[in-house]
Amino acid sequence: MAAPFALNDNSVVVIIGTGAGGGTLANELAQKGISVVALEAGGRYLPQDYVNDEWESFGQLAWLDKRTTSGDWRVANDFSGLPAWIVKAVGGTTTHWAGASLRFQDHEWKALTNYGAVEGANLLDWPIDGAEMAQWYDKAEEKMGVTQTGDRPALPGNNNYQVLAKGAAALGYQTVHTGKMAIQTREDGYRTPCQQTGFCFQGCKWGSKWSTAYTEIPDGEATGNLEVRERAHVAKIEHDETGKVTGVTYFDADGVSQFQAARIVCVAGNTIESPRLLLNSASEMFPAGLANSSDQVGRNYMRHVTGSVYGVFDKPVKMWRGTTMAGIVQDEARLDPSRGFVGGYELETLSLGLPFMAAFLDPGSWGREFTSALDSYENMAGMWIVGEDMPQASNRVTVNADIPDQFGLPSPNVHFSDHPNDVAMRNHAYAQGIAIYDAVGAVRSFPTPPYPSTHNLGTNRMSANAADGVCNGNGQTHDIANLFISDGSQFTTGAAENPTLTIVALAIRQADFIAAQMSAGTI
Amino acid sequence: MTLQTSKAGLTRRQLLSSAVAAGATFVVGAGFVAAPDAAWATETVALTPETMATLIQMARDIYPHDRIGDEYYVVAVKGYDTAEAAPGIEEGIAALNAAAMTAGYASYLGAGWEKDRVALLRGIETTPFFQQIRGGLVTGLYNQKAVWPLFGYEGESFSQGGYLTRGFDDINWL
Repeated sequence: MAAPFALNDNSVVVIIGTGAGGGTLANELAQKGISVVALEAGGRYLPQDYVNDEWESFGQLAWLDKRTTSGDWRVANDFSGLPAWIVKAVGGTTTHWAGASLRFQDHEWKALTNYGAVEGANLLDWPIDGAEMAQWYDKAEEKMGVTQTGDRPALPGNNNYQVLAKGAAALGYQTVHTGKMAIQTREDGYRTPCQQTGFCFQGCKWGSKWSTAYTEIPDGEATGNLEVRERAHVAKIEHDETGKVTGVTYFDADGVSQFQAARIVCVAGNTIESPRLLLNSASEMFPAGLANSSDQVGRNYMRHVTGSVYGVFDKPVKMWRGTTMAGIVQDEARLDPSRGFVGGYELETLSLGLPFMAAFLDPGSWGREFTSALDSYENMAGMWIVGEDMPQASNRVTVNADIPDQFGLPSPNVHFSDHPNDVAMRNHAYAQGIAIYDAVGAVRSFPTPPYPSTHNLGTNRMSANAADGVCNGNGQTHDIANLFISDGSQFTTGAAENPTLTIVALAIRQADFIAAQMSAGTI
Repeated sequence: MTLQTSKAGLTRRQLLSSAVAAGATFVVGAGFVAAPDAAWATETVALTPETMATLIQMARDIYPHDRIGDEYYVVAVKGYDTAEAAPGIEEGIAALNAAAMTAGYASYLGAGWEKDRVALLRGIETTPFFQQIRGGLVTGLYNQKAVWPLFGYEGESFSQGGYLTRGFDDINWL
């Protein structure tokens, strides 16, 4: 049961957002007996509510508040109001994510050291490393039930995987499997085993895929220490004359402005909303926004080097059948600058239904080149590129008071342009993707440009030195001791891996840190 | 859905006797557009039948699928046949016809070859009108559940228990 806390109860931890970071942190703190109020901008949808229809589901779950875009990325032209395909709901984007749960490689925690300075990139080492994170990854994998970790078996390979795997083997790739997926495969947990239904992106109707919406959140609520307020949109984080945060002002489900007091505030609204909130919380004492003495809030926006390759064959594949992303080639994730770029990339199976394929295949194009590709939809196999992109100071989230959202708050603008390293990596990945499909007899292959971002990272990054970033190795902001960053915006660099597992591991670790600091009375 | 078959509306004879062929593709009469063989017909409310016929052809020329019948394109553009949308559509189609006449055709539909019509569309592809029609078709055409099977797409499978025992790994030609 939800435990209602009073608006003036200044002993609670307020968490903004209930996705991979916020939802996990909320449960972890609640399990430790700490009182938590989680404010979620979206409503609550559970497996029985999810809709296995791409556009209808998009209307149900996607974050569609006012946003603008700029920069030379194609998204700014093709989907100018939709920089990111992420979710506004209890559970956040863990309803939409596909379940890929990969640990960072050790060298990726220290990108500046291992890659060297890259012109135009704002590279930095994380203040933590793989040795420190190993124990937290263990806990995250156990919590999420990740396949091929512990004694959990792999998922079976669907048709799309089999095409990828055969082509990858023909090219000599070694590390090819059905992924480390936070998807239930056995009858030994409280999640239903995967039924190979597809529609992983639309919310898993079996509840097989880990999502905080039906794991962490109800577990936390069951303790009596967690209250989740739905449709509560935070407008501003408030502070006192000493610079400590005191609570948050939010619009409740009826659009009425409320103030919730807090001992600690944790920001986990995803990489666009989190810096937006800090910037919109500017005050006389902090005119550049909260926790922004470094001027790094909103900067270094990363979205992974993405893109897709689709291969068309002379016989059916039916790529939409089964688990969407249970297939991976990891050989190119290594660090090997001889390829012409630093960092690496993963190739992962991906499929879209016909409606989204039409929308994302080559946005804006028309005529027979386009339609003849769709004519072969049944015979397509698809893969997605996930590679490390370079943090750049000029790629950033800013706020624009001239374009207010539905509450009158300045809306976010997302500016992004590829770094030359990103372009080189994407072109390499496109070529390898085409080669994989050619090796199994593709009659045609084509690239698809990056979709609106699902991996949004870096805009409140961790740094050892306060001048270089927004928060320290525990996600605690350098400027304000009782203000934390708890989502993917704290990523110093993006690595080649899907970010959710790392966000969860960091949240579990952060919960321990916060609890220890509260016990010690330091915050 | 306002799509009508000839059985529900006009008989084939009535239809053909009261109508004129527009281009080679459509039969246009008072308040309706139909297939030459009367396989389908649609009434128009706010748009002129000639405009609706042109719009249907334009839709096919933008996203041509030879296995997809005109009736699906009709459904995709039928939403423009409202008092609110019609003036802009009439204006856009008039401009398209004007461009066709400048190029030496009687009208857009009068350009008998797809190649020639596509050239006319390339000439207007940056206009808001073209983008409105193209953008609307992305969902109007491809999000019709009735067209999915024509592409082999099966839609949701949850109601049938997913594909775990129904062929998620049934590829047999690799």
